[in-house]
Amino acid sequence: MSRASDVLSGEHFINGNTASAEGAIAAGCRFFAGYPITPSTEVAERMSRRLPQIGGTFIQMEDELASMCAILGASWGGVKSMTATSGPGFSLMMENFGLGVMTETPSVIVNVMRGGPSTGLPTLAAQADVMQARWGTHGSCDVIALAPSSPQEMFDFTLRAFNLSERYRLPVMVLSDEIVGHMTEKVVIPPAEGIELFDRRKPSEPPSEGYLPFEPGPDLVPPMANAGEGYHMHVTGLTHDERGYPIITAAAQTKLVRRLCEKIRQNSRDIIACTEMETDGAEVVVVSYGISARTSWKAIRAAQRGGVKVGQLKLDTLWPFPEERVRALAGKVRGFVVPELNMGQMVYEVERCAAGQCRTRLVPHPGGETHDPADILAAIREVAA
Amino acid sequence: MTEGHDEHDLQHHNGSSSVHRDRSGTVALHERHHRETGEHPLDHLLRPGRIPHIWCTGCGLGVVLTAYLNGIQKAGVDLDKVAIVSGIGCTGRIAGYINLDSFHTTHGRALPFATGLKLANPELKVSVISGDGDLFAIGGNHLIHAARRNVDMLVLCVNNFNYGMTGGQVAPTTPVTARTQTSPYGCWEHPFNLPYVAAASGAVYVARWTVLHARRLVESVAEAVRHPGFSFIEVISQCPTNFDRPNKGGEGIDLMHFYEKKTVVKNGIDPKEADIGLYTPIVCGKFVDQSKPTYDSCYTNMCTMARGGKK
Ligand SMILES: Cc1ncc(C[n+]2csc(CCOP(=O)(O)OP(=O)(O)O)c2C)c(N)n1
Ligand code: SF4
Ligand SMILES: [Mg+2]
Repeated sequence: MSRASDVLSGEHFINGNTASAEGAIAAGCRFFAGYPITPSTEVAERMSRRLPQIGGTFIQMEDELASMCAILGASWGGVKSMTATSGPGFSLMMENFGLGVMTETPSVIVNVMRGGPSTGLPTLAAQADVMQARWGTHGSCDVIALAPSSPQEMFDFTLRAFNLSERYRLPVMVLSDEIVGHMTEKVVIPPAEGIELFDRRKPSEPPSEGYLPFEPGPDLVPPMANAGEGYHMHVTGLTHDERGYPIITAAAQTKLVRRLCEKIRQNSRDIIACTEMETDGAEVVVVSYGISARTSWKAIRAAQRGGVKVGQLKLDTLWPFPEERVRALAGKVRGFVVPELNMGQMVYEVERCAAGQCRTRLVPHPGGETHDPADILAAIREVAA
Repeated sequence: MTEGHDEHDLQHHNGSSSVHRDRSGTVALHERHHRETGEHPLDHLLRPGRIPHIWCTGCGLGVVLTAYLNGIQKAGVDLDKVAIVSGIGCTGRIAGYINLDSFHTTHGRALPFATGLKLANPELKVSVISGDGDLFAIGGNHLIHAARRNVDMLVLCVNNFNYGMTGGQVAPTTPVTARTQTSPYGCWEHPFNLPYVAAASGAVYVARWTVLHARRLVESVAEAVRHPGFSFIEVISQCPTNFDRPNKGGEGIDLMHFYEKKTVVKNGIDPKEADIGLYTPIVCGKFVDQSKPTYDSCYTNMCTMARGGKK
């Protein structure tokens, strides 16, 4: 379906939202359903221009509930699909994000975060949906969320989100923010041949009576047939067995929910990505992500000039959380500094993994602007002292 | 109310496309097999190991399931390309009994899921089967928009005037004065007239039948599946457990008698004239049958323009 000429290989000067749309197209996404919302709308606008030209489908739905469901339907129709939204729309998607988890439906949700609660700050940045991404749908599940900090990463991480969603069969989230979404920078789109793509594994057997659509492979991920291929599968959001049949028992629930969580936990080394800067021998490590990772650089350099040994652990994936790495660092440093554009969310994870081995110092900010690097610097000095 | 093979059936099976002939061949084979083995003639379309179903004694949903399966066979489409999408409710459980690709989604969201599925693979023949609450309360916005877009699909809405699955609460279809678990003094809200809403929103095929009209329902399903665009069929069904017994309408059989005596078939009338009261006569029939470009065909034209070609 995807042709090399559909990928805009080369150097571009584009904003983060446009880069995200191009990352999706490079990943083979050919279905977009969305509902306009600032500051994510440019993703939809780009897709509405590009998809009709390259054999894809763009549809503006009546709301975000519909958008989320439409991308799940499209995925079962055999087409890689995505939506993009922001805070209020993300809240509306939560129930059917859970449907995607339960029915193991590959798809991608980009959330360009803005200030909340409620309508909050439509045009200004925040990072306050990171726990909603983790826990926002009802029930127990493990999720995958990536946090880009630049237009280049909007391209790279959106592309990777598709690969992860096809590989592990769930809706994968890209958590960006207003600043990264609207920031314009150089973005390099590699030649199509150089882009590694993962497409969902298909059943190895032709359709037959005893076909088990939810029988997992050794990696706990079941191969996936598309609608219309003759497999006659049943797909339900109810607790189900390998046949896909609803089974309303504790035993079926235990088996299914455990597997849905384990397929992420067991493969977390393949999923988790962090970028480390000067963490070797550091006394203080700034744990940050998205736009706050960039704000931190100024504070880190200033602290280093003042003689503090400080490094950075930039979380490229927020979920699954890099527990092992944070635990290991906690044994070596005096403390962590966690700046985030919310009143304290990822800091709980850092604190949990530090488990009292070192200090954890939050630098909160309710959003609307980036941190003042001076506040991060003060926190670094305080922890180093 | 079994479906015999009358002349009408044969006409459809001798349809011009090769798919028709092929599927009718398969159907004939199945039928011989059933005669020889004594199995139910729809066994091949029911998921193995899923019967007995969850529905109450006297419920109309069994008739709807049977009529749909007969109708979809009669439509002469490739059954491998059929996808059934449902929301949540007693009606929504129909999807799980049919041995074709079937999706049991969330409450109210069958239509947007079906829209994604259909647009991703236009070869699919998509049928949405769900309840009145699912399609007109929580999913009402999706219904009017899917009809407006004229996405090519069939929507089969089972109207039992209440939320059956959750134990009989008031619905946007509950007739004035009817008692439900959340209208203990009688319902005082004005109900929707479903065919009127569907027609006003742009549906190109609109019909209403009761579960007594099994044969006409089969014909209607077959016709609507073949009709390009957004087709809507309302099926009035009894819910003895949660609606009809509390409202003194009686058991399943009493309702069948009621439908027999109190329905009037008026094809082609303005669906505006088809309001429903509590146990007042029900107007049935095919109200709308028109053609209009489908979403899919308009989208294809737009893509040609986008690529710089002529429309
Ligand atoms: C978001 C959400 N709200 C409420 C419910 C509970 N619920 C399940 S089915 C149903 C109503 C079903 O009524 P209808 O669509 O008329 O189907 P019926 O059972 O009558 O066939 C409700 C309210 C739910 N599953 N999800
Ligand atoms: S509650 Fe009503 S609609 Fe549901 S199965 Fe029983 S009779 Fe049928
Ligand atoms: Mg109902």
